[in-house]
Amino acid sequence: MVAVAAVNDATAALAVDNLSFSYGNKPALSNVSFNVRSGAATMLLGLNGSGKTTLFSLLTRLFLSPTGSVTIDGVKLGAGNAALRKVGIVFQQMTLDLDLTVEQNLRYFAALQGMNRRDAEVRITEELTALDLNDRRKDRVRTLNGGHRRRLEIARALLHQPRLLLLDEPTVGLDIETRRTLVGQLHDRAGTDGVAILWATHLIDEIFEDDPLIILHQGRIVADGLTGTLVASAGAPDLSAAFVHFRQAGA
Amino acid sequence: MNFSHAWSAYWGVAWREMLRFFRQRERFLAALVRPLVWLVVFAAGFRAALGLSIEEPYETYTTYEIYIVPGLIGMVQLFNGMQSSLSMVYDREMGSMRLLLTAPLPRWFLLLSKLSAGVFVSLLQVYAFLFIARAFGVYLPLDGFVYVLPVLILTGLMLGALGLLLSSVITQIENFAGVMNFVIFPMFFLSTALYPLWKMAESSALLEGICAFNPFSHAVELQRFALYGKFNGPALLVVGGCTVLFFLAAVWSFNPSRRFRPSRGGPPA
Repeated sequence: MVAVAAVNDATAALAVDNLSFSYGNKPALSNVSFNVRSGAATMLLGLNGSGKTTLFSLLTRLFLSPTGSVTIDGVKLGAGNAALRKVGIVFQQMTLDLDLTVEQNLRYFAALQGMNRRDAEVRITEELTALDLNDRRKDRVRTLNGGHRRRLEIARALLHQPRLLLLDEPTVGLDIETRRTLVGQLHDRAGTDGVAILWATHLIDEIFEDDPLIILHQGRIVADGLTGTLVASAGAPDLSAAFVHFRQAGA
Repeated sequence: MNFSHAWSAYWGVAWREMLRFFRQRERFLAALVRPLVWLVVFAAGFRAALGLSIEEPYETYTTYEIYIVPGLIGMVQLFNGMQSSLSMVYDREMGSMRLLLTAPLPRWFLLLSKLSAGVFVSLLQVYAFLFIARAFGVYLPLDGFVYVLPVLILTGLMLGALGLLLSSVITQIENFAGVMNFVIFPMFFLSTALYPLWKMAESSALLEGICAFNPFSHAVELQRFALYGKFNGPALLVVGGCTVLFFLAAVWSFNPSRRFRPSRGGPPA
């Protein structure tokens, strides 16, 4: 693995150590270790099937890893649930209730997070305003377009002010303009709110030069560092070429 | 898990189920029409042929319409349990289940919340049915409506837990028709919902044995006794035991990674 100026902070918002997982006899992740720091969007780049979604399932306790550990904001993800309180998630697959309204979906999530009603109402208004959805709050989700639904999922993931936001290919299926706006908004949120973002993607144009970058290939991390530095260390003209370089080196 | 968080999550899950239920008026209507058709058409047809002599919990000769009511209550709860199961398969396909399972609460508690929300919905259906049946001239003791409440909660939990267990093993909504053929019909027809055990014994000892073994029979008998303010200890034990068993099995089987055992292999779709 190439590690160039990787985030190696003991107080990382997310610390993953030696995580492995197999689907039967087929390994999906092998000894994966990395850190994610607050106030930045750490991009997790990999082809389809590289293990990104499996990793997210382990980070959200949907799957249980037989090895390694996950620490979120200093709290170990284990049998207890304290660590999950600090996490907001946008899954690759949409997880909204289409028959409920925008605000009903958010209230439902707030209840699952144990937020009291007054705080929840304040946060719902704040997030809907921030993501430009406040005028749609009484509309059923079924009537929203794909871009609005994705923004609603992001609003929901941020509702309880998590320390770590996990985004699993959140722009899949969106048009270019909506995708560009969303990518900008999310990078801004990392800077302004200080939230740590781990963003799984296979789209190179979503990654900024100063973003921390982790490249996952065939279930293993083959590069970890700042994007610009990794591109330079690969001697590549751009990230696309660097991505190919690291995959070949790690194969 | 602290109490206020648990209560908030519980209320959130129940509130969502209620919202969905009231939005699906056809579901409420179907839940009422189904047992009413049995009561008004089927039971009326058999009235002459199938009256019951005095036997517990009844203290006098009982008409077939009266006998069949607890079985139809069971039918309402059985269908509701399976409907909840279908809704969970749908939730899993739509991703909502993923959201629920990643909430910062123990998985068993989240599933119990979902289960008890379904029971609450079934209670609304059962009481609506009981009052409509009364309007059709099927009179049961009014105080029985109160006595039967805790029993309905328990039987609702048992049938809901069975639905929960089924939803964890049914991978696609398309496979759900099998539940109708292999779970609902056998459970309902091979029980004491329509005929007492001794009537079954007259035609076949094997059928009687199956009916006596069927937990749904015990749920129906528990309801039958409670409607007359009487207690049925053996039925309570069977229903309580099955509720715990089905629920524990459902919690165990709701581990998404368990589906990828070495013998099966393959990543998720």
